[in-house]
Amino acid sequence: MINTDIAIVGGGPAGLCAAISAAESGAKVTLIERNDELGGQLVKQTHMFFGSEKQYASTRGIDISDILLEKLEGHKENVTIMKNTTVLGRYEDGVITGMIDENKYLKFNPEALIVATGATEKFLGFPNNDLPGIYGAGAVQTLMNVYGVKPGDKVLMVGAGNIGLIVSYQLMQAGVKVEAIIDAAPNIGGYLVHASKIRRMGVPIYTGHTVKEAIGSDHLEKAVIWQLDDKWQPIEGSEKEYDVDVMCVSVGLSPLNELLVMAGCEMEYVPELSGNVPLRNEDYETTVENIFVAGDSCGVEEASSAMVEGYLAGLTAAAKIGKIHPQYEEKKADYIKQLDDLRSGPVGKHIRSGIDKIVRR
Amino acid sequence: MRIEEHPILKFKRGKKIKFKFEGKTMEGYEGETVAAALHANGILVLGESLEKHRPRGFYCAIGNCSSCLMEVDGIPNVKTCVTKLEEGMEVNKQKGKGELK
Repeated sequence: MINTDIAIVGGGPAGLCAAISAAESGAKVTLIERNDELGGQLVKQTHMFFGSEKQYASTRGIDISDILLEKLEGHKENVTIMKNTTVLGRYEDGVITGMIDENKYLKFNPEALIVATGATEKFLGFPNNDLPGIYGAGAVQTLMNVYGVKPGDKVLMVGAGNIGLIVSYQLMQAGVKVEAIIDAAPNIGGYLVHASKIRRMGVPIYTGHTVKEAIGSDHLEKAVIWQLDDKWQPIEGSEKEYDVDVMCVSVGLSPLNELLVMAGCEMEYVPELSGNVPLRNEDYETTVENIFVAGDSCGVEEASSAMVEGYLAGLTAAAKIGKIHPQYEEKKADYIKQLDDLRSGPVGKHIRSGIDKIVRR
Repeated sequence: MRIEEHPILKFKRGKKIKFKFEGKTMEGYEGETVAAALHANGILVLGESLEKHRPRGFYCAIGNCSSCLMEVDGIPNVKTCVTKLEEGMEVNKQKGKGELK
């Protein structure tokens, strides 16, 4: 049995910041990560962030990961890092079970738990959507930005949100041809500054278009798209065919939070937050006492807000078990202000309305 | 299929190592995943679906979707997208669900 004040599941941006913040409050923290590296999906984000100054806007994601790891290192007397460890379950007595190196079982007995398990890529339904060569946008990023392997020669990008636009640009940086970007919605979802940059490089963006089918015997050879009318119904005869060996699916993410469901946290389906998310209070504590949540697992946003949520949940979880930071009130107010700022304006409108549905005061 | 020049990234590849896919010797680098090494060798089909035996490749590449399960050194259901390549590894396409030994 491993005893610890706070167990944090997930070593991505939210989990890292939760660990830094809880350790800074004086709690003994065990950070559990299923991969052999910390940083989560930051390690493949080669673009400069556009969130807020305090959360490293204009710094590339890959460098933010290093900055956070260095901050964590500064609290190493309070932090135990367990890599290659997958959390498998949480029992009624608060014990967490996990497996290290895929072959040895472990038990943890934390006073509080912070779940920061992130999100997973959504999929799209169309004939032959299971052919090899059809990948999630994040998978393509991992392959080319982490391992330096090209996904293929010619790509059709499905989804013109920020991820679709940014990954298209990164594909071109890696020397891969992007034939077109399509999106079923009538408007481009991502920032227009990204879209213009890509259009200037000669890549067409077709809004109001979706995939009709994929064609290939044992891997993708062609993709057929067609136009949608204003009721989102496909228009016969509007088909366009592309000779592509890669289709990159960038249609959003769903929160990953099976652990919270298993623990009995009350959940609700909130489309604005991209799926099933836990009800929580302003301290990011769920309906099960001493289980906290942070990052995409409690609603899909982006890494900047995930980091601030992590700092906040680390601070409040530590306080809940009696480790109160000397500047608790000041820090809490600052994190709440940062989150409000990141979610302000028209871009954050749906996030704000989603959060209104899950926060119990 | 490997990226040699990149405007932002420098790829610090590990030692070149040999492994086997379906009995055929291939090369990869220490530090990369089995799925990445196979992709760099032009292998896109990693297995087949259980019922209809349709070809399967990876989808998420971060260990969530289970589309990349293969048999590695005799062990079935290995998530090759998050399993690091090792010298002399024997990687095979998996038929069926795999057996507990």
